[in-house]
This record gives sequence, C-alpha cells and structure tokens, in this order.
Amino acid sequence: MTRTLRLALLTSTMLAGAASAQDVTLTIESWRNDDLTIWQDTIIPAFEAQNPGIKVVFAPTAPAEYNAALNSKLSAGSAGDLITCRPFDASLELYNQGHLADLSGLASMANFSSVAKSAWQTDDGAATFCVPMASVIHGFIYNKDAFDALGIAVPTTNDEFFAALDKIKADGTYIPMAMGTNDQWEAATMGYNNIGPNYWKGEEGRLALIKGEQKLTDAAWVAPFEQLAKWKDYLGDGFEAQTYPDSQNLFTLGRAAVYPAGSWEISGFNTQAAFKMGAFPPPVQAAGDTCYISDHTDIAIGLNAKSANAEQAKVFLEWVGSPEFATMYANALPGFFSLNSTPVEMQDPLAQEFVSWRGKCQSTIRSTYQILSRGTPNLENETWNASANVIKGTEAPADAAKRLQDGLASWYAPQK
Amino acid sequence: MAARKPVRWHIGVFLAPAVLVYTAIMIIPLFGTLNLSLFNKGADGVVFVGLANFATLFGDPRWSDAFWNALGNNAWFFVVHMLVQNPIGIALAAILSTPRLRMAAFYRTAIFIPTILSFVIVGFVWKLILSPIWGIAPGMLDFVGLKGLFAPWLGKEEYALTTLALISVWQFVGIPMMLIYAALLSIPDEVLEAAEMDGITGMSQFWKIKLPLILPSIGIISILTFVGNFNAFDLIYVAQGALAGPDFSTDILGTFLYRTFFGFQLQLGDAYMGSAIAGAMFGIILLGVCVYLFGIQTRLRRYQF
Repeated sequence: MTRTLRLALLTSTMLAGAASAQDVTLTIESWRNDDLTIWQDTIIPAFEAQNPGIKVVFAPTAPAEYNAALNSKLSAGSAGDLITCRPFDASLELYNQGHLADLSGLASMANFSSVAKSAWQTDDGAATFCVPMASVIHGFIYNKDAFDALGIAVPTTNDEFFAALDKIKADGTYIPMAMGTNDQWEAATMGYNNIGPNYWKGEEGRLALIKGEQKLTDAAWVAPFEQLAKWKDYLGDGFEAQTYPDSQNLFTLGRAAVYPAGSWEISGFNTQAAFKMGAFPPPVQAAGDTCYISDHTDIAIGLNAKSANAEQAKVFLEWVGSPEFATMYANALPGFFSLNSTPVEMQDPLAQEFVSWRGKCQSTIRSTYQILSRGTPNLENETWNASANVIKGTEAPADAAKRLQDGLASWYAPQK
Repeated sequence: MAARKPVRWHIGVFLAPAVLVYTAIMIIPLFGTLNLSLFNKGADGVVFVGLANFATLFGDPRWSDAFWNALGNNAWFFVVHMLVQNPIGIALAAILSTPRLRMAAFYRTAIFIPTILSFVIVGFVWKLILSPIWGIAPGMLDFVGLKGLFAPWLGKEEYALTTLALISVWQFVGIPMMLIYAALLSIPDEVLEAAEMDGITGMSQFWKIKLPLILPSIGIISILTFVGNFNAFDLIYVAQGALAGPDFSTDILGTFLYRTFFGFQLQLGDAYMGSAIAGAMFGIILLGVCVYLFGIQTRLRRYQF
C-alpha cells in the first residue's frame, strides 16, 4: 500500500517535472484582486502570445491579508515566482531577508527614472529589487459644469484657488470642497502631501528632510499646514464626521465643486458622476513658479529569490518594464499611471489631464513614505492626525509641525 | 477485605474535552503572549529583555501618554456603561416583569435584538444615522425645533467617545435586562405575597424586596460589563478606524493594542510591545475581577429560597 502510494507520488512528480520542461508556469502573487480580469483577459494573453512556452497565472490575495500571507508563503517556500511589491519598507524588509532577488541588472530598468525606482531600492540606491509598474498622482478634480455656470476659471495660484472657493461659497449652490476629517488619511494624503511639494520643492525638500538638512518646523514644511488651516471654511457642514465615502458621494452627486483627489478615483468617478469633470494640479504660490506634484510610486513587481524559473520570470519582468506593457496597464486601469519614461498614450481625458502635469511640473513622492516612517512614533500616522487637527482648527499649524518634528527627532538620528 | 475505592476515571474523561480545548485556545496563547512581552528585537535577533518593554510602556512618554490616554478613555467608556446601561437594563427588567404589562414578549425581543447584531452593522448604521450629510438625526432634531443642538458628534473630540459609549449601551442594554429579568422571575411568589401582606407594594416593594434579592445578579452584570469594556475594540475600530480619531479621543486599550501589535498603514507591527500592552490589559482586568471577587462578592448576602 505504502509502496504503491510512494510510486504514485514519484510518478506524478516526474510527470509534472516533464510537463514543466516544456511549459514553464509562472505564478504572480498580488493584492490587486480587483484587477484579476484585466490580467487574465488582457495582460497575460498578450505576454503568452509573444513568449510561447511560458504560462502565467495571476494569483491575488485580499489586500488586507496580502502582507501577512506573502510573508508566511515566502518563509515556507511556497510563494509564487513573481511578487507584487508594496512600496518602501514592506518590500525592503523582504529584500533584506533574502526573499526578493536583486534586479538591478535588468535591461528594462533603464526605462525608469530614479524617483520611480526609489520605492524599491535599498537606502543607498545600490540595488533595485522590483520593476516599477504604476504610480498615483495627486491634484484636485473639479465639477466642470459648476465652474462654467459660475464663470470660474481653473485656478493656478493660491490666490485664484481661494478666490474660486470664495465665489462658490458665496453662490451657495455647491459645497466648495468635498473633504472630511473623520477618516484622517485624506487630510494627510490629499491635503498635506498634495499641496505640500509646491512649498518644500518636491524632491529637493524631501531628500533634505531625510538627510537632516531641513526640519519639519522650517517655513517650507509649516506653510502647507497654514494653507490647510484655511480649508475649514470651505468644507461642508459637519465635515468633522464626514467619511471618505461621504466625500466621494458628495462630489459625484454634484453637491460639491472641488475634490482634493488621488488619480485612483478616476475610474470610479467616471462611472458615478453625471457631469463633466476636470482636474488641476495643486496651485502654486505665485504665478510662474515651478509646480511640483505628488506622483506617488505605488505598485511594482519583483522576483522571488527562490524561484525555480528565474530565467523565464526575468523574461516576464523585462516585458513589464517595456513601453508595451505600460500602455496596456495604464489604459486598463485609468488613474494608475505607468512609471515608464516612455510617454504612454491614454484614452481617458481625465487621466490624460493628470498625466500631462508630469510634463510641466516636477514629480516627487509623499514626503513621509521613505525611511521617515520606520520608528515610533510613526511619522505617517502622526501626519494623518496632525493634518486632520489643523484642518479642524484644534491644533495650530506651527504646533502641529513642532509635534511632528519632535516625534521624528526622537528616533531618527539625522534629525536629532 | 473491603473493595478498593475505584478510580473515578470518568471525571477525567468528561473534563478532558473542555480542558483540552480551553488550554489550546485560551491558556497557551495567554501565556505565549505574556512570554512574548518579555522579549524584544535586539542587535542580533530576538533577545530576552525582562520587563524592559513594560518599562518603556510606562516610562517613555511617547508610549505612556498613549497608554494613559487609552486607559482613561476606557475608564470613561466603562463609567458610561455602569451609569447608563445597567440602570436602564434594571429598570427595563423591572417594568417587563410587572404582570400587568401587555406585549411584554414583544418589547423584550425588540430590546434584545441589537445585542445579536454584528458590530459592523451597528457601527455603520449609527454612523449613517448621525451623519451630518445623509443622517436622519439632524432632520429629526430640526423637526422638533432643536436643530441648534446638532453637532457632528462622532467628529468632535469632546463628544465622540461618549457618543460611541452610548451606541454601545444601545446595543447591549438587552443583556443586563435579560439577566435581571430572569433574576426577578426567580423570586418566589411567597416572598412577594408576604411583602404584600405587610403592606409593601409598588415601588417600595421593588426597592425593599426585589432589589436586595437581585444584588448578586447586578454584581455579575457589573463584572461582565467591566471585562467586556476593557476588552472592547470592535465598535471603535468599525466607527473610527484604527487611529481612533478624532485626535485619539476614542482610543481605548483594544485599538492601541491593535495598532501596536499588527501595525497600521506604514507602521510595521511590533509583536513584543503589543504583547506588553496585552499583558497590561490582562493585569488590569485581573485586578478588577479580583477586587470584585474578594472585595464585593464575598460580602454580598445571599438568600436561599
């Protein structure tokens, strides 16, 4: 009995081995279960058509469980060949533990800028371990019908921005801006890190902060809080208890005129909103200033260091780094922008508007994501709290900045 | 020769399932957590640090401020339950147990139903009711001319925790009601008849006869409320998220533990400090239960019918 079973097992292993000698199957670990059909119907068939002999399986896990599930699969040696990478520390930790292979040598890495790669590099930039796939861009989406009806031009400077909000408020038909502080993260992500790069000059300020040359109490880092403090008057009644879905609904139902946004909203808004929409980048301080946008690196794909099919997986990764993949991905998921240096043609007008800012503005990423949120207190979480407090008016901008700086300095050596 | 006393093996056999299950899913994890709280990540791997995690938790202002804030909020959460939930529960039970009340079964069921609802539903429904945008609360207050009293309660530091505590009271008032109701029904009619013979009826009958007889049940309810409140997490997490906003004003020990142990957003989980917080929670609950068991329960007078 045992012998039969052993024999059967042995045969099946050999058969499986023989099968894989002809056809290699690559498995992709991912948290994007929303994108399953896009991968199965569009992306994978395109790759398989060009690369006979390599089969690809997209095997996503629920977003909330992804990190934990992936960690245990990697430790147990049962993870797929290709690993979808979260930005910064979560993936860096996997690389340091030897779960992700160094991909610096891939030819297609040349297609990405250093900012695009920064989310999946070691702190010194020596090794890159994931191929960047997409980023999300921050800005403001507005109700075009409302702007036309009220005769408001798209604001480019702070003064124009607040003048437009004043006008909407005076008219009274629309809530000037749809945002709440109940869930806190919008205040930081769509508030502070949306408008902030114009003040701290994008990468320049972000890197200076990491090096310890600038402090969060410097004028450039306090100014965004001072702007946020002015938002309070333009938010809807009871914005303190307004949640993220509330804000989305207020805007798509046409009750609010401006929505501080991330580009991931595009596909949802396209289906929900019955009016014309437009978008503008965060307003600059004075006309003619260089504009900076938060073009946040969000998703990438890496190679399981223990993969038995590393050669074929690298073929796939080279393809992910190609302009062809970039076009396909960006059009299937409007709002997730390719990080590829080659410009990508997109069909969606709102997505086109967002991505056009890359041409005229300097790109940066969210200031709190790289290195600075490693300790206790966690700078990102504190920024949520501080931004929400500043908008509500329960904490003064300078006090909030000082609290963040003290927290950061308590564990981060360059800021001590 | 007298027969040797037989081995009473059946006791072991009958106890075994409960003991095994309880040990596997309660006792081992509990001691595992307490054990974990004595370790932390050192320069080279995990090292034994003794009580250093607790020293950090209570000594480092970055941790202790959050801890005392959570403990204070938790205490207020408990106070609201003791002052609102339990008296209302007792009152409802007293009303329900009056024989003249019609449709008692209906009221009993209606009041008890929220208890079996999921926290997710309760949190979501109440957030909608109280929403300043779509909620019916502003409209209803407007209807009675009190619109001025409305505030976005869940978004204001000064009201949010009390609001959530009252939502929790709404959900769980059925439990003290049911326990007291059962206790009231178990009071023998002879006692009540004797009281009536002595001319004690109505309210004074409740205060002088029934209340002393149900005191042990009230004690049990108090301790259940205490344990439940200091282990609470779900409602706050569902309504306000893991950051327990606004500005940590609704942060209780459960949410503080969750953020620390499992991490949140960019904050990576720290199982060692998380275990220390869990250990502190265990200590607080143990202390509370001991105070009750040895300080109060032994002094309660019991009546045997």
